[in-house]
Amino acid sequence: MDARSENQPSSTKHRTTLERKSDRELVVTRIINGPARIVFEAWTKPELLKQWWVPKSFGVILVSCEADVRVGGEYRFVFRHGDSTMAFFGKYVEVIPNSRLAWTNDEAGEGGPVTTVTFEEKAGKTLVVMRDLYSSKEALDAAMASGEKSGMDETFDQLEELLSTLGVS
Amino acid sequence: MVNYAPAGLDASFSALSDATRRGVLEQLGRSDASITDLAERFQMTLAGMMKHVGVLEQAGLVTTEKVGRVRTCKLGARRLEEEAVWLERYRQLWEARFDQLEKVVEELKHQERINGRKK
Repeated sequence: MDARSENQPSSTKHRTTLERKSDRELVVTRIINGPARIVFEAWTKPELLKQWWVPKSFGVILVSCEADVRVGGEYRFVFRHGDSTMAFFGKYVEVIPNSRLAWTNDEAGEGGPVTTVTFEEKAGKTLVVMRDLYSSKEALDAAMASGEKSGMDETFDQLEELLSTLGVS
Repeated sequence: MVNYAPAGLDASFSALSDATRRGVLEQLGRSDASITDLAERFQMTLAGMMKHVGVLEQAGLVTTEKVGRVRTCKLGARRLEEEAVWLERYRQLWEARFDQLEKVVEELKHQERINGRKK
């Protein structure tokens, strides 16, 4: 698996890209080695979803994972980190088999972003494009300022520490 | 809030992924230095050091100025701020997730093959 990333030029060494497309939109892309119908299946069946949504490196445990994937259906993921639990929930607003999914993110109250994922198959691989669209620039700025959706704090604490040691942060 | 070009952000992180370049930044944090000084200190060729400095310069972490025949390097003005760190953190979160998804998809493909539902 690693041989492939080594073959890529350094400018694209990250297989997952992130772009702040506009004041209120983030776009994440990735090519997954498999047909769209399988990627879609892994994204919509709770028993599969929970196998990948929270990789071990996050240091949190996925306590429960419910997803009623149809328009108007709800999802609820509950995580535990130490003694505290945290729930992420919302509603599916768009469900087009093997091609498109969209849901609201309601845990932070009104004005949470709407996430849209599209799956585009080409030669047995699937381009996954995920967009987080916030209601306003302020909402996205606030999410970033609050450190929401982190989950890899430790790594970044180390990086920040290194940067401040080097006098560049 | 400052808007970062994603390319610039990526450049910063890859610039910092190398031990020599981190050493160069540390060194320049103490005092400015010429490429020749740096090459000597890190025991590499001038061309090799110029390459490293070039990467740091592109990432905005270092600036250089040529006076006569000497090119002096100093720390750049660019700062990695909260937003840049947050974006990279979010990207890494998704990278870890997608890596795991890739394994699940691999497993499902394998099962399909066993079940003879090969497309």
